[in-house]
Amino acid sequence: MRPLLPLLLVPLAIVGCGGGADEPTLTVLGASSLTEALSKYGGSLEGAEVRNSFAGSDQLAAQIKQGAKADVFASADTGYPAELHREGLVGKPVVFARNRLVVVVPKGSDVSSLGDLARPGTKIVIGDPSVPVGEYAREVLGRLPAREREGILANIRSEEPEVTAVLAKVTSGAADAGFVYVTDAKTVAGAVETVAVPPQLQPDVAYAAAVLSGSDEPELARRYVHGLLRGAGGADLREAGFLPPP
Amino acid sequence: MRLRSGFGLLALVAATIAVAFLVLPVVAIFADVSPGRLLDALGETSAREALWLSLRTSLLAMLIVVVIGTPAAYLLSLRRFRGRALVLTAIELPLVMPPAVAGIALLAALGPNGVLGGWIEDAGLELVFQTAGVVVALVFVSAPFFLRQAIAAFAALDPRLPEAARTLGAGPFRVFATVAVPGARQGIASGLALAWGRALGEFGATLLFAGSLEGVTQTAPLAIFSEFSRPGGFDAALALSAVLIVASALILIGVKLLGADRAIEDPAAEGAR
Repeated sequence: MRPLLPLLLVPLAIVGCGGGADEPTLTVLGASSLTEALSKYGGSLEGAEVRNSFAGSDQLAAQIKQGAKADVFASADTGYPAELHREGLVGKPVVFARNRLVVVVPKGSDVSSLGDLARPGTKIVIGDPSVPVGEYAREVLGRLPAREREGILANIRSEEPEVTAVLAKVTSGAADAGFVYVTDAKTVAGAVETVAVPPQLQPDVAYAAAVLSGSDEPELARRYVHGLLRGAGGADLREAGFLPPP
Repeated sequence: MRLRSGFGLLALVAATIAVAFLVLPVVAIFADVSPGRLLDALGETSAREALWLSLRTSLLAMLIVVVIGTPAAYLLSLRRFRGRALVLTAIELPLVMPPAVAGIALLAALGPNGVLGGWIEDAGLELVFQTAGVVVALVFVSAPFFLRQAIAAFAALDPRLPEAARTLGAGPFRVFATVAVPGARQGIASGLALAWGRALGEFGATLLFAGSLEGVTQTAPLAIFSEFSRPGGFDAALALSAVLIVASALILIGVKLLGADRAIEDPAAEGAR
């Protein structure tokens, strides 16, 4: 028994680690596409220890509906925060950034326009219909001529749960093309090529953030959201390639 | 153990906590969704398609696992060779490997840019984003469960039985098919059930290696994940979960019955131990 007891304490000690500082903890649920910018912003926020949880916005919204304890929800759309606001789960959402869609293809790919995506055999990955990036991509497809749209839809090989997964399918060579945000393509700039989505086809990609009604640190959470609009967070977003809010 | 002693009480509390913690989430799934809503949710084409795909791919994976795994396990249980322990450990590794790692490993080996990617393409095969890729992922994660049990079952056979068969003139295949396999059938069957259970629950390797597309690669666990995050999809996620719990329970009961079967109906196997 004697050698066993200290061993049992090890996991407890590990779990207990962190959060030992006096600083309050702020839990941020962020859309996958915000991973880089919000990690940087969170690390630089003074007076708080920021813990980030990144996933598809739809998944984060579902977690909040199931009672997840967090302070800030930063979504890749305005629909999910608005819906949660109607249900009283988050405060009034504010739009803090905009983005654009782009098609990523492996280096040396012969896909050079959206039209090429309709060629039979082109393996395309796209976001699941419920994740914002999937919805936006379908919006783009909806604005294409029917023939092109049908061709591209027939080439969709996988619907991924989040934009980072779409990107990974292309960088790993599994897929020939994927619809992601311009900011995601930037994170792997050397590894992929991009095919622009023309301005007239671009969806209105707006990111909204809101403070959770159940937040233990509402003051801090508001300061965090404010920093996304102007301040360090805004600067980190701009550096990652996000456009300023309208 | 006397429950009135200090430790006895402590152990009773621990046992209660353990049982409650493990049973509660399973019960909650059924408490959270009424039978009517469950049936409604299962009536949706996407849910049915996911279950049907899970059934098809897992059964095909089990067929591959049994046909290749049984003779492989037989050989590995009989032969003593240098590095045997290493081989046995290596084939068991997927048991403890995180499923996401399994998916990455499969991509690195069989993906378009993988080690064997060129050969696979030259052979005109396609795995990534295809139902065949799901089967490959299922075989990879579930085969070790089968191999482990089957190797143990063959190793537990009384060595005098195959010897006697050989003396009577049976060839190696005949010994394998008529003496070894029937003798090890319980271990083989329980290994198969465990492997099947694992295959039905597979998520990470499938998503990373084969992707997720309704009717092609979106198995029931992937559909649960997708439904969970779809607005209003929680019911469907619960319903699919309930079906998988029932399936898993049936498989587990099957394993238990096979174990009981062995003790009651097969005194010869008991005597050999």
